[in-house]
Amino acid sequence: MKALTKLLLSRPEIASIVVAIALAVGLGLSGERFMTEGNMRVILAIVPELGLIALGAALLMISGEFDLSVGSVFALGTVMPVILVAQYGFDPWLSFAIATGAALLVGYFNAFVTLTFRIPSFITTLGTLFIVRSATVVFSGGYPPRWPKHMPDWVFVGYLTEGGVVRASLIWYLGAAIVLGWVLHRTNFGNWVYATGAHKQSAQDMGIDVRRVKMTCFMICSTLATWAGILQALRSHSAYPAVGSGYEMQAIAACVIGGVALFGGFGSILAPIIGIIIIRMVDNGVVMARVDSGWFKFVIGTLTVGAVVLNVSLRRRAERIRLEDEAVAETEEAREDRA
Amino acid sequence: MTAETHMADAASEASPTPAAATDEPLIRCSGLHKWYGGVHALKNVDLDFGYNEVLGLVGDNGAGKSTLIKILSGAHRQDSGDIFFQGKRVTFSSPREAMDLGIETIYQYNALAPTLSIERNIFIGREPITARIGRIGNMDFRKMGREAMDALRDVGLHLRSPSTPVEELSGGERQGVTIARAMYFKTKVLILDEPTNHLSIKETNKVLGWVEGLKAQGITSVFITHNLHHVYPIADRLCVLSRGEKAAEMPKSETSIEELTDLIV
Repeated sequence: MKALTKLLLSRPEIASIVVAIALAVGLGLSGERFMTEGNMRVILAIVPELGLIALGAALLMISGEFDLSVGSVFALGTVMPVILVAQYGFDPWLSFAIATGAALLVGYFNAFVTLTFRIPSFITTLGTLFIVRSATVVFSGGYPPRWPKHMPDWVFVGYLTEGGVVRASLIWYLGAAIVLGWVLHRTNFGNWVYATGAHKQSAQDMGIDVRRVKMTCFMICSTLATWAGILQALRSHSAYPAVGSGYEMQAIAACVIGGVALFGGFGSILAPIIGIIIIRMVDNGVVMARVDSGWFKFVIGTLTVGAVVLNVSLRRRAERIRLEDEAVAETEEAREDRA
Repeated sequence: MTAETHMADAASEASPTPAAATDEPLIRCSGLHKWYGGVHALKNVDLDFGYNEVLGLVGDNGAGKSTLIKILSGAHRQDSGDIFFQGKRVTFSSPREAMDLGIETIYQYNALAPTLSIERNIFIGREPITARIGRIGNMDFRKMGREAMDALRDVGLHLRSPSTPVEELSGGERQGVTIARAMYFKTKVLILDEPTNHLSIKETNKVLGWVEGLKAQGITSVFITHNLHHVYPIADRLCVLSRGEKAAEMPKSETSIEELTDLIV
């Protein structure tokens, strides 16, 4: 029991993997519609898009901040390149670069305001949620542009095999996850991110430039959200300025379900990946089981609250175990002292 | 400066060869002033820190002890006055610059990230790197684990694993980790800001033992406390701060706990 508590506490993503597997098995058994090639194609098309957003959200949460503007930045990434190419004749690759630049700017703005004026990032990014959404709508002229020719769809969203299930976007997503996982878990920068999120004052006193660390995380987060938007535009051949609203909440929920601590300093790169897979399975499973799709958010909400409650109660229990350990250590020490 | 070159530099300078020939103290503070808004927190403080000694810095709450050490550790900057390190005038714009010179601070809240492992904590900001792109590189976990355990053993701490999260340690063990960290990086001056606050009597004795051990290794330590009974037994010299001013400075042999108590209040 003690060992299990310890394991679940140090690796909360294990619990979420169990939930994900149970969900897949349950949905597979409950009807023939879930485990079909066509349905997998649907799920795997959306996972990379929300997945990229959640990766950035996890990095930022571990550093101790939130970003509510990612849904709007996602829409910016969907609309901006298409408008630039369709109406202004830009090269598609240049348009992607410009959209990335715009995302970096939004990330920088979020970080600058949050860190300079010491405002909770919840509030700053709630502001940019509205600002960026509004700018996107205005920029698009309010209606979606005609889909331009010569967009490099195949590079990003083409099926890997003729009539296959897996799109290139999944590979890009996994590539991003591997790079970010390496940065977070294996590099010195990752150590600074964890230290900053776990205890800002400590990180600062040990000579970490916490402002710079958080700023980098904000900018990576916005960039990934814009890239996710570009993927969606290329996949759906459309650029609606209203897409992605609510994605910020799904991204944060995915992180929490996967076991990222709400106040930073804890969580792994697997958390947002498993979290998003669970959320997409629930969304899809509800529809496939012909349940009223209004229940989707109900289930996600329950899972989110459940995950937080589980993590907090595990932490409490671990604290009690620790106290018992200390008592044992004390008596051992006393024995040593006598010897 | 990279972690490796930093450590190499520190190692080559580590031998406690006192530059006593020049008669320069290790650190000389001269005429330090600090205001916080309208509060004159530090008034014209002159203080020398010698080689290989334990200096007790005592005073009541608000006497200016913390202000003085924040300036020395690079967290704050003095409004006027100079600091000389081994005879050279220095200014610190960040804690890192002070650390690079060998001035390490142990804070009463112990400056550890609770959710991170011991090895990650010991090497925060100074991680050993195997391969790098710019300033970002792959951490050498094998080296971190090995050297963390060695560093802990050097302060007499035998913990199970370097990957244990710091939040699982007792208060005394955490303080031990911070002392091990400071010693690992070949500190010349260790500033301890109320290191025995919130510790049990037994753990306090352990920390006091560590500080005495530092002297044997040629490290100067500055022990800040308002508890005279903690610092008196191990100090060589004592300095009393009162209302931002230096009230007294003397070798332990010339004073007593009773006299110091009178000076503080």
